[in-house]
Amino acid sequence: MPSITYRKALNDALAEEIERDENVVLMGEEVAQYNGAYKVTEGLWQRFGDKRVMDTPISEAGFIGLGIGASMLGIRPVMELMFWSFAYVAYDQIVNNASSIRYMSGGLIHCPIVIRGPANGGTNVGATHSHTPENLLANMPGLKVVCPATAYDAKGLLKTAIRDNDAVYVMENTLLYGEEWEVPEEEYLIPLGQADVKREGSDITFIAHGRAALTCLKVAELMEAEHNVSAEVVDLRSIRPLDEEAILASVRKTHRAVVVDEGKPFCGINSMVAAIIQEKAFDDLDAPVLRISSLDAPAIYSPHTEPHQLPTTQRILTKALSICG
Amino acid sequence: MIANTDPATHMETATSRSTYADAPVNTALTSETKLAFLHQMHRIRVFEQTSLKYYQTGKMGGFLHLYSGQESVAVGQVSLLGEHDHIITAYRDHGHALAVGMSMESCMAELFGKTTGCSKGKGGSMHFFAPDKNYWGGHGIVGGQTPLGAGIAFALKYKGLTGCCLCYLGDGAVNQGAYHESLNLAALWDLPVIFVIENNGYSMGTSQKRSSAYKSSLAERAEGYDMDWDIVNGEDLFEIRAKTQTAIERAHNTSRPTLMEVFTYRYYGHSVADANTKKYRTAEEIERYKNEHDPIQLWQQYCIEEGLIDEDGVKSMVKEIREECRAAADAADEAPAPEVDDIFDDVYYEVDQESEAASKGRYFFND
Repeated sequence: MPSITYRKALNDALAEEIERDENVVLMGEEVAQYNGAYKVTEGLWQRFGDKRVMDTPISEAGFIGLGIGASMLGIRPVMELMFWSFAYVAYDQIVNNASSIRYMSGGLIHCPIVIRGPANGGTNVGATHSHTPENLLANMPGLKVVCPATAYDAKGLLKTAIRDNDAVYVMENTLLYGEEWEVPEEEYLIPLGQADVKREGSDITFIAHGRAALTCLKVAELMEAEHNVSAEVVDLRSIRPLDEEAILASVRKTHRAVVVDEGKPFCGINSMVAAIIQEKAFDDLDAPVLRISSLDAPAIYSPHTEPHQLPTTQRILTKALSICG
Repeated sequence: MIANTDPATHMETATSRSTYADAPVNTALTSETKLAFLHQMHRIRVFEQTSLKYYQTGKMGGFLHLYSGQESVAVGQVSLLGEHDHIITAYRDHGHALAVGMSMESCMAELFGKTTGCSKGKGGSMHFFAPDKNYWGGHGIVGGQTPLGAGIAFALKYKGLTGCCLCYLGDGAVNQGAYHESLNLAALWDLPVIFVIENNGYSMGTSQKRSSAYKSSLAERAEGYDMDWDIVNGEDLFEIRAKTQTAIERAHNTSRPTLMEVFTYRYYGHSVADANTKKYRTAEEIERYKNEHDPIQLWQQYCIEEGLIDEDGVKSMVKEIREECRAAADAADEAPAPEVDDIFDDVYYEVDQESEAASKGRYFFND
């Protein structure tokens, strides 16, 4: 199976869906002639032309809202946000219109739009460019949120998102764009709402999404090698819908859970997951459910310090070992 | 043109001596159609008077933003729309809904919060929808519908259809960023959208002069986007139709957008709950508009002068409409309210369809 980058996996997903469905159109800042700020859309404008791959002005509220309006008439826009941090200038469109139009119309209208782009800290770009808003958006009934950790997941989830008939927001990660994973050449889809057990274990469960799932895999290796602890890693992949069964099945097996999230701790995805575990698997637990998040302040710029603001292997390891007595 | 906050300065031409009566789109009107316009405008007025009555007796919740005084705008413009022409508006949406042909029953029931409402009681007064009639709402956030309007026009163009989108907004929406972004995109991408500012002089309780910086008109701002624009006397149905037809032809033939500003007036407050004459305008001002600039009275006067109808005919027309309204209200009152379980329908398309796409994962997180 060939290895390709997370970026190429997304690019392949976009190309395949443009070819498959004449109503799929890509829009965003610099996605066409510039080939994408992070080169995710590289070559697509040359290949598919002006109609299918469109540069927008820097005007998120305008072009995202335009995409929502077009989707109501059956166009399937795939909108790139150069950063999900820029979603906030289009918040009324992204949150209010996209989530509510179906509901307020009593189901007469639906909104098959995809909004995608990177949502991560760790690149020393300061607080305004380092947001991870998956918890904010998953809070809104009517929206779907996915967060792929690998190239394989990125391709499969993006293709499914484009075919879905609701608004699906895809949270990517600039730190992963250049990383490679094995991706099959034949077509595949990954359903929304299906977590992936990325590592089997028996003593403790890490539940995470996006890059945090990869960090947990590293921690799990360390625990195996140095502490004789067998850790399982459940990658949520999809935040809403949420694979509650996979979470509970793992916790019932290992009896210990640590929920890791690169977002901030207040009302994080990990808060939601921890609440579900304590409510539905309380009697299976041998230890309190722990949460690990980014340190609770705006993202610091300093390249020396920012890596420590995100959940580090050391911080996760220390906390996990604290309940493995 | 002069800078003036009083829309009446643009309303000097009474319909009966309209210079736009000779426009081809108006000379083609049959007596029957002219009377249909009168009927539609009365129907909107009486529907809202009826809804106000029930609102005041506690049959409805939320807000009620009445269109009374502005009926000619929706009726005149919608009368020109064809198969691929669409409309979207803000929260003062009852008039447009009835003008596109939504039934009084479904609109009234929506106000009553009943399952027989156009949105099954999930949208309310501000959120009427009828996509089967090319009517895309009914939007509550000021200016929030303007990018959607551009998007509808984008979709028409993308699909190669000859059509346009009439995208309504109030004069209070013209300072929202999303609106300006929409104007830019519409002009930049040659979208067949017609933005219609229904300028009733007040953004809630703040007059135009205290809200907006402008030279001669709000529509003139289109110059900055290299977009065609026009100002319209909203009390004159002929003028509305003539100028809107020009914009529609521009959209259909050249895929270029237009910004129209229609001077009109609302008799009630921003919503019926607001301070109205106690805070920001006088009762005399409202009376003057009702007496001198009411679009229904002016059109009615024209129809009578033309011999299309007489006073008795008008009386029986209105009486019939009142009966229709009463029946719609009675039906709405008797219809069932949504059940608590209904709250979870219409959130996700795939869940409602019970499709394969919705077969995995948890969607709702109730206790």
